[in-house]
Amino acid sequence: MKRFADLLETLILTPSRNGKLRLMIDFFRSVPDPERGYALAALTRELDIPSVKPALLRQLVTTRIDEELFRLSYDYVGDLGETVALIWPDAADHPARSIPHGRNDMPSLTEVVTQLQAASRREGPALIEGWLDRLDPSGRYALTKLVTGGFRIGLSARLAKQALAGFGNVPVHEIEELWHGLDIPYESLFAWLEGFAEKPVSAALAPFRPVMLSHPLEEGDFAKLNPEDFVAEWKWDGIRVQASLDRGIKRLYSRTGDDISPAFPDLVDALAFEGTIDGELLIARPAGVGAEQSVTIGTFSDLQQRLNRKKLLPRHLEDHPAFLRVYDLLFHAGEDLRDLPFEARRSRLEMHAGDFDPTRFDLSPLIPFDSWEDLAALRAEPPLPIIEGVMIKRRQAPYLAGRPRGEWFKWKRDPFLIDAVLMYAQRGHGKRSGFYSDYTFGVWREEAGHRELVPVGKAYFGFTDEELKAIDKFVRNNTVERFGPVRSVRADATKGLVLEVAFEGLNRSTRHKSGLAMRFPRISRLRWDKPPAEADTLEALEVLLASDNGAD
Amino acid sequence: MSKRFEQLLVPRPEGLYCPPGDFFIDPVRPVDRALITHGHADHARAGHHHVLATTQTLDIMAIRYGAEHAGQTQAAALGEDITIGDVALRFHPAGHVLGSAQIAVTWKGMKIVASGDYKPRPDPTCAPFEPVACDVFITEATFGLPVFRHPDAAAEVQRLLASVRRNPDRAHLIGAYSLGKAQRVIRLLRDGGYQAPIFIHGALKKLCDYYQQQGIDLGDLQPATVARGGKGDFAGAVVLGPPSAFGEPWVRRFPEPLISFASGWMQIRQRARQRGVELPLVISDHADWDELTATINTVAPEEVWVTHGREEALVRWCALNGRRARPLHMVGYEDENE
Repeated sequence: MKRFADLLETLILTPSRNGKLRLMIDFFRSVPDPERGYALAALTRELDIPSVKPALLRQLVTTRIDEELFRLSYDYVGDLGETVALIWPDAADHPARSIPHGRNDMPSLTEVVTQLQAASRREGPALIEGWLDRLDPSGRYALTKLVTGGFRIGLSARLAKQALAGFGNVPVHEIEELWHGLDIPYESLFAWLEGFAEKPVSAALAPFRPVMLSHPLEEGDFAKLNPEDFVAEWKWDGIRVQASLDRGIKRLYSRTGDDISPAFPDLVDALAFEGTIDGELLIARPAGVGAEQSVTIGTFSDLQQRLNRKKLLPRHLEDHPAFLRVYDLLFHAGEDLRDLPFEARRSRLEMHAGDFDPTRFDLSPLIPFDSWEDLAALRAEPPLPIIEGVMIKRRQAPYLAGRPRGEWFKWKRDPFLIDAVLMYAQRGHGKRSGFYSDYTFGVWREEAGHRELVPVGKAYFGFTDEELKAIDKFVRNNTVERFGPVRSVRADATKGLVLEVAFEGLNRSTRHKSGLAMRFPRISRLRWDKPPAEADTLEALEVLLASDNGAD
Repeated sequence: MSKRFEQLLVPRPEGLYCPPGDFFIDPVRPVDRALITHGHADHARAGHHHVLATTQTLDIMAIRYGAEHAGQTQAAALGEDITIGDVALRFHPAGHVLGSAQIAVTWKGMKIVASGDYKPRPDPTCAPFEPVACDVFITEATFGLPVFRHPDAAAEVQRLLASVRRNPDRAHLIGAYSLGKAQRVIRLLRDGGYQAPIFIHGALKKLCDYYQQQGIDLGDLQPATVARGGKGDFAGAVVLGPPSAFGEPWVRRFPEPLISFASGWMQIRQRARQRGVELPLVISDHADWDELTATINTVAPEEVWVTHGREEALVRWCALNGRRARPLHMVGYEDENE
């Protein structure tokens, strides 16, 4: 537990992605099986242990410490697990002066996990109490986070898999492909990554197949690409998923191989096609009789209503039915089609289009075009707001894992641009220590003749190093107030910095004062020339929201 | 609470006031006669007519505010008996920073100890805290919550040294307040076996020099203020500066800075994370919860008065343990020096 607790602690405090990868790789290198495997399972949230309600922790801790003192402490710390970890009295009667280094009776993570899994509901609390007595504060912290099921360390399962890839020096898609067929604590995986054993063979049904990704199309590409070698499709603004039915087992995966079946039971239930398909998850329901399209597609923000829900209620399924727009076929009835050219896979897919439940699935149509100019015109006038550009795929391309060059291209529509006013700036980390590099910007809201700036987004990239220096200087010279690492800067009609912000779309949001949330905002230009009074208004954004999200 | 003791010391907006001696202890605004426990800015302010403090505290005030910081100064030796009118005074070491003292005030058979800020655990940079028996013990409560249990400072410094060894390409920037914390961290680094030059921000220089003059060996200190040749110059270096400097352009000269902060607050991970601290060092110049409560038990006063910090929890603990206690709700003593 000590090593795992140390890992958690350093991961929490390490902002950089590479730093996190290094920490995990070091951990996998230096911690033996099965301890490292249980840690991996915990970090990737694959661990299935009977969870403990926060109320139980609170109950346990108040048998040791006055309730009022606990309440005051919790108010101050703000995190239940951390409060419990810090406040839990050391087992010794006398006040311990130091963290008991070198105590050898600390439980291992393996012991904690295996005993909890074997324990009955009634035994759980006593086990936890015993471990809290044996652990030091950072071990207690790891334990409370483990049993309440939330580390909040800014680490995705994907990053953990990348660390494994780095540890074993193998491509990450090989790990992703194996992942769902492996058993905790992953001893066969580690043995393979360390070169002691053959690559494990996944025996799982409906495993994840690493997806093929595209490159953004660049200006110079057209000259090199012959339109006759390519087909085009619309680029849908949903989420890329893979659906699989394999001898009765049904799975829905994200593009990084996370099993997201539980979040979309409506779609998974409707899956009746033996094989693995690649497509875009959207929200859509059958259109009425006589409608131009067979389904009515919802917006990306409709889709967000279905994402990251702790609890799925019948009304979520009812109001926002999941739908899959299919564009590729990887396996069919046990046959691996990935080496076939795109065209051959596509015709196989079209041949079986009738096998899909039309209320839940359809085929993403190909868009006919003769020249790149043709396609450019189509891209400029997409028929539906849910379209965010076009995809260009080589007719002869096999289905290749990863992001192969020259096969698939995405040609997104131009981003939206607005002029916003810098309102707050926050200090950066690492290379950006000492620079104000995270910016909150706002637009004007008019109410009863009164104008005020309301924040509409935050961006921390898109500018050059030179521009960063210039903004930093502006922030320092125009600070109005400071709150910890954040400064509010002067921003009124006459004085302030106008930022041209590029973004991909707008959603409604209850989290922001403006009621709007931007997707992928970044700074595209600094408008030193523009007086803040001439920046955009919330009204203009509202209009954009309406057009971006169609008639919805 | 007993009104009797308030004849001797009573909280006023300016600070704790002693009517029979007509003086204030650690007043937050200029007064005629001030007794100062230690040199941190929230306790020692400039502009009093007459100041009584330990020699070291007076020196520190002169370094910070200039020799003219007070109309008149008077040095109090630790353990020496001093009288103001018919009030008897004695300064006792508080173990907080160099020169820090508790002030015992005795009058008509009543004895009150105003401890200022204090720390009972050993600190190589100042005289050790000494519990003083009294009727009323006035205690701080900066870390007055049972979540604050400071680990061994030497072990914290070992964590820092391990990080320095692990990251030879990065400069370790340690935030440490200029009076007390910085010198203690440097001294602990030396005791931990680190003999290389330590780089210090200009704001720390005068006080580090003063500590050295007072016989506290801090080893080879070099300025981190001048811009040097290349960026690689500070790779692997240990650099100390006031935390406020970390948001300034000053930090840009360091390669891949690894931000550290030596403070009791670093026990709370979210606090460390919010401040962008990668390596929190839980090193405090204040008593932690166990030390606060143990000190109260040792001193065993008739009443406990809690001045600043998390008064509520400490008063609650006193109630649970059968001790009379009251919060003084003193304003103006911030935790900025932790």
